[in-house]
Amino acid sequence: MSDSALPLLGGVRDVTIDHAPPRVTSKGTFLETAHSWVVTVDHKKLGIMYIVYSLLFLVVAGIEAMVIRVQLAIPHNTFVSPQVYNRVFTMHGTTMVFFVGMPILIGFANYLIPLMIGARDMAFPRLNAFSFWMSALGGVVLYYSFIGGVGLSNAGSAPDMGWFAYAPLTSKAFSRGHSTDYWTISLLISGVGSIGAAINIIATTICMRCKGMTMFRLPLLAWIYLVQAVLILVAVSPLTAAQIMLMVDRYLGGHFFDTQAGGSAYIWIHFFWIFGHPEVYVLVLPAFAFANEIIPTFSRKAIFGYPAMVAATVAIGFVSLGVWAHHMFTVGMTSVSNAFFTLSTMLVAVPTGIKIFNWVATMWGGKIRFATPMIFSVGFVFQFLLAGLTGIILSVSPVDWQLHNSYFVVAHFHYVLVGGILFMIFAAIYYWFPKMTGRMLDEKLGKIHFWVFLIGFHLTFDFMHIPGFLGMPRHIYTYEPDRGWGPLNMIVTIGAFIQSIGTLIFVYNLVHSYFKGKEAGPDPWDAWTLEWATTSPPPSYNFAVEPVVGSRRPLWDVKHPDDLDSQWE
Amino acid sequence: MGDEGGPGDYLPALNEKAAPNLRYASDRGSDSALSFPSKKLIRSLRAAAAGLSVLLLTSSAYAINSATSVFSRDATPASGSYSLQLFVYAITIGIFLVVGGLGTYAVIKFRAKPGDDKSEPVQIFGSNQIELSWTIIPILIVVVLFLTSARMIFAVQDAKQPVNSVKVTAIGHQFWWEFQYPDYGFTTANELHVPVSDPKTPTPTFLKLSSADVIHSFWVPRLAGKTDMIPARVNEMWIDPYKPGMYLGQCNQYCGTEHAKMLLRVYVQPRAEFDAWARNQQKAAADVAEARAGRDVFESQSCINCHAVKGTIANGRFGPDLTHLMSRDTIAAGAAQNTPDNLRRWIENPEVFKSGSNMPAMNLSPEQLTQVTAYLSTLK
Amino acid sequence: MSAATPTIPHAHSAASAEPWVMPYKGRVGMYSLILAESAIFIIFVIAYIYYIGRSTYGPQPKDVLEVPILASICLLSSSFTIWLAERALHKRAMGMFSAWWGGTILLGLIFMIYTALEWKKLIYQDGLTVSTNLFGTTYFCLVGLHAFHVIVGLTMLSLVFLFGLMGKLTPNHTERVEVLSLYWHFVDAVWVVVFTVVYIVGR
Ligand code: HEA
Ligand code: HEA
Ligand code: HEC
Ligand code: CUA
Ligand SMILES: [Cu+2]
Repeated sequence: MSDSALPLLGGVRDVTIDHAPPRVTSKGTFLETAHSWVVTVDHKKLGIMYIVYSLLFLVVAGIEAMVIRVQLAIPHNTFVSPQVYNRVFTMHGTTMVFFVGMPILIGFANYLIPLMIGARDMAFPRLNAFSFWMSALGGVVLYYSFIGGVGLSNAGSAPDMGWFAYAPLTSKAFSRGHSTDYWTISLLISGVGSIGAAINIIATTICMRCKGMTMFRLPLLAWIYLVQAVLILVAVSPLTAAQIMLMVDRYLGGHFFDTQAGGSAYIWIHFFWIFGHPEVYVLVLPAFAFANEIIPTFSRKAIFGYPAMVAATVAIGFVSLGVWAHHMFTVGMTSVSNAFFTLSTMLVAVPTGIKIFNWVATMWGGKIRFATPMIFSVGFVFQFLLAGLTGIILSVSPVDWQLHNSYFVVAHFHYVLVGGILFMIFAAIYYWFPKMTGRMLDEKLGKIHFWVFLIGFHLTFDFMHIPGFLGMPRHIYTYEPDRGWGPLNMIVTIGAFIQSIGTLIFVYNLVHSYFKGKEAGPDPWDAWTLEWATTSPPPSYNFAVEPVVGSRRPLWDVKHPDDLDSQWE
Repeated sequence: MGDEGGPGDYLPALNEKAAPNLRYASDRGSDSALSFPSKKLIRSLRAAAAGLSVLLLTSSAYAINSATSVFSRDATPASGSYSLQLFVYAITIGIFLVVGGLGTYAVIKFRAKPGDDKSEPVQIFGSNQIELSWTIIPILIVVVLFLTSARMIFAVQDAKQPVNSVKVTAIGHQFWWEFQYPDYGFTTANELHVPVSDPKTPTPTFLKLSSADVIHSFWVPRLAGKTDMIPARVNEMWIDPYKPGMYLGQCNQYCGTEHAKMLLRVYVQPRAEFDAWARNQQKAAADVAEARAGRDVFESQSCINCHAVKGTIANGRFGPDLTHLMSRDTIAAGAAQNTPDNLRRWIENPEVFKSGSNMPAMNLSPEQLTQVTAYLSTLK
Repeated sequence: MSAATPTIPHAHSAASAEPWVMPYKGRVGMYSLILAESAIFIIFVIAYIYYIGRSTYGPQPKDVLEVPILASICLLSSSFTIWLAERALHKRAMGMFSAWWGGTILLGLIFMIYTALEWKKLIYQDGLTVSTNLFGTTYFCLVGLHAFHVIVGLTMLSLVFLFGLMGKLTPNHTERVEVLSLYWHFVDAVWVVVFTVVYIVGR
């Protein structure tokens, strides 16, 4: 296909592929197909595997959440024993963060970044496959704990020390058996996977951009993933280091966290949150990234304040490295440290606020189409606003002295993790499923899914704030009837059931639409970034010819040759 | 219970603040609904939102009277946190209403209408002035929030310890509390007694907190925020309860299987009552002739390896001090009421109340059980 | 909705005539890896510093540690020799390259041998192991982590050396060799920190 044969349209030349490659539907036997997925180094297949794998874990960890909720529905409930309860909430938190949040977000990065920057694959395809399999192996090791050790009774040797695993609860003296080992080894393995994936994301966004894609023409999604990947490198590594220390303590008789030998329980708390806080931004940044693509498309407007968005993302990345001790206001730091971390934590509100304002400004004056991805994104904006504000409440240390480790905190972080991230994951799946499979998800089911999940979400997590005000601590398998927490917990549990109904609708939608969905065509949403310039699903080489871009919205330029975006840059 | 009259008074103030704002937001909503098809949807949404806020408000009202509510003015640290909370809530609710209101307006006003032509809206790429303004305003809000919080941090954390304060060393154990009164020379468990502190002549209680095993956290919401108890480290906190009464709390840092049953009580007593209680605690254990058999069982079993009873050979430190067991209302950190029957069941098999507790079932014969229970019942 | 067949944008502007050069991905990847590794080392260094002087029993650093001046000189000068090797490769002087590269490996080996002897002394003579006391734990972990990186580096260097001897290494591989030497410089730089913390501040 030679360039010269193509029509010239106001400075933009289109390359039309008339021979769209055939859909990659399964040809050959099941075994051959399976084999092709196992050995693949294609970023799209790996991305899809990441996503499917995380969705499986979402259901598993969601069922664990349901066990938690059933147990807490009424005071002095005996649905599960204390031992099992403690294992279940630890597994729920660990799974949700490390085997749902991380892999699904990395999966989207894998799938989208090369397509969006006009590349044919990630920078290191084999490292990519390696990272995926490490993450997957981590999940298998973690869940093997259920049957490892003493077998299924009492939930086997599943970890039972909470997702932040404070020392010395993890030392040999207080954690006999191997439950802590499963946790550590699993996170070490998946941590290597995450670091590998992050290296790949950085190298890809920096080195694989197509012609004309300068850094300031990168789609915001790629920018945000770049910052997220850097955060993974500097945040997951400390966790890896701390895990190594824990292993040395447990297997080689070391004393890092051994309070009898002069070691310190306190330093683990620091190490964990030096990882833990940036980690929550690692999780939320991709949600921002999705919103930055979806909101403009459905508002029919360019993102408001692209440079400000980039700056805000970088600022969030930097500030979030200096706020970890807001999880530690009650460990007895000096008043000066408490004040310092109060301030640094609050400062994150400024760049985050810029993002929220820019989204509202993007919608302002647009023609908003409320397709399913968009309603999830709108839900996200409001819920994230509220969740961020409860974060600000917690950042005031005298208030946190009261609310720390209460259900108010649990409500705060589920508001972000579910109301923010999970909503945006749903939005992203509705938005990019057509690209990945060539078929649309059912809109009607999507809307039902949204409303059912929204109602369930608000019943659960709005009401969860109140037991926190009433002094209900987290991590308790039961509570006294005279505290007045009972009715509220019942409402919360009902809400959680409604959420699971919503999730089931979603799962049904995925399966149903995969086989019966409407054909999507290359560009079902009339969007502007490069992934919509190829077929759905894209061929393994992504683009028949390497694209050349002249602005941030290459497809806008194609669609509006008389009003090129580049004139505004 | 020290909850009458206090914080409830502050509720109306909160309501007055919030209510007009709420009305303001919904007024704007109705202006902009315009002639747009799913008015019904909007109406039912608004009804749902109103219902939700009513539910939330009633439950918060109910919250304030709870025995473990954080909305409390029963002691200076709690009250300081409470007023700061009101301030922070007011600001955050304000931000939510303004930003949420703008968002709602945008979402409703700028939806694509069925009759629209296919053209794209005007593309606006941004504006530096606007970006600057919504950078600076939040910075100002943050500065205000920070300054108010900092004042409170220093006021509570760096408070001077008056000479007439009561000193207590509290030590967390899996899953019970040890309270040492160094100035009085005795040790008790699970139920902390402190004198009431008149704001005019304060007699606060200063606690030194540590742990014998893993991390715990001391939290009595109506009196003060929590402070962690970390092994090999001493933290401090103080309380100055204004009113006598019994205050509930519980361990607030996950510490193992029975973290949920590591409950805590604080008895705030008038000074004279407190002194009388302390004098009783200082005494050695009662030695009642009729309970001799039980005492023999107790001293011949390994009970003494874990429990201390002052005036006997029992001096174990692994479990609670039992010298004045009968002066406590509950056993096993609030897992059960302190009745002879419960005591017997506990010693027979602690699992019935607390399946993960660190006290083993001692396999005593029924007769021994009766005797030991009788003996323990004399430890007034 | 746009056409059923996709359109790949192909902007035609002055810019598209210029050559489009991206940074070498191996280098970017290595910088990223170094960032991650630095974070790991920082945590170990913080732990080491935090625990200086907190061992309540057992051998103390000042009793058993000797400053490894010779080994440090060897390791640090290997940064210089590897740089010389790289320069030789640029000039296509393969013989010089092999010489300098081999020298680098040799210097690294001397360093490792010294560490091995030091550990032998600590373990058998002074009775200090990972589990002896807090000093033992932090010392062996920090120095061991660094030594592990040296070993990984030496393995890679030796592979390249072998390729060189077999004549498989050509100036086309310069970029890859440079990435490897970047790693080696990093290992050296970490030693400066470890040396300062363990043998100067910590003693
Ligand atoms: C993705 C997840 C995520 C995100 C994005 C956040 C965001 C924030 N979090 Fe949250 N947080 C968690 C996940 C998250 N958190 C988790 C998992 C925990 C518990 C861990 C555990 O203990 O298990 C936790 C716990 C936690 C604590 C500790 C509570 C405790 O244990 O005692 C604190 C305290 O400061 C806090 C604060 C904040 C703040 C200030 C933000 C800010 O980033 C929010 C910023 C956003 C806004 C403020 C809204 C928009 C801004 C404007 C509209 C501008 C105007 C506003 C102002 C000027 C105020 N969080
Ligand atoms: C991404 C992160 C994420 C997500 C999405 C969730 C989702 C949910 N979480 Fe989770 N949670 C955490 C991260 C997350 N959580 C973390 C980090 C902790 C802290 C752990 C710790 O302290 O160690 C925690 C802790 C935590 C607690 C506190 C436990 C305690 O401290 O004792 C509770 C209690 O209610 C809870 C509930 C829920 C509920 C009801 C949901 C719901 O939103 C889930 C809805 C989804 C589903 C229900 C799945 C769908 C299910 C099906 C399709 C099958 C149908 C099944 C049935 C009906 C049985 N979570
Ligand atoms: C291995 C140590 C151990 C032995 C032996 C032991 N106890 Fe205990 N005991 C404990 C611990 C630990 C607790 C606190 C349990 C908790 O609250 O979780 C406790 C609690 C109690 C309590 C409740 C105290 C309170 O203030 O709430 C009583 C009463 C008691 N033990 C009696 C006995 C008697 C009688 C025996 C001997 C027959 C005995 N214990 C043997 C460890 C022990
Ligand atoms: Cu003690 Cu929780
Ligand atoms: Cu945080």
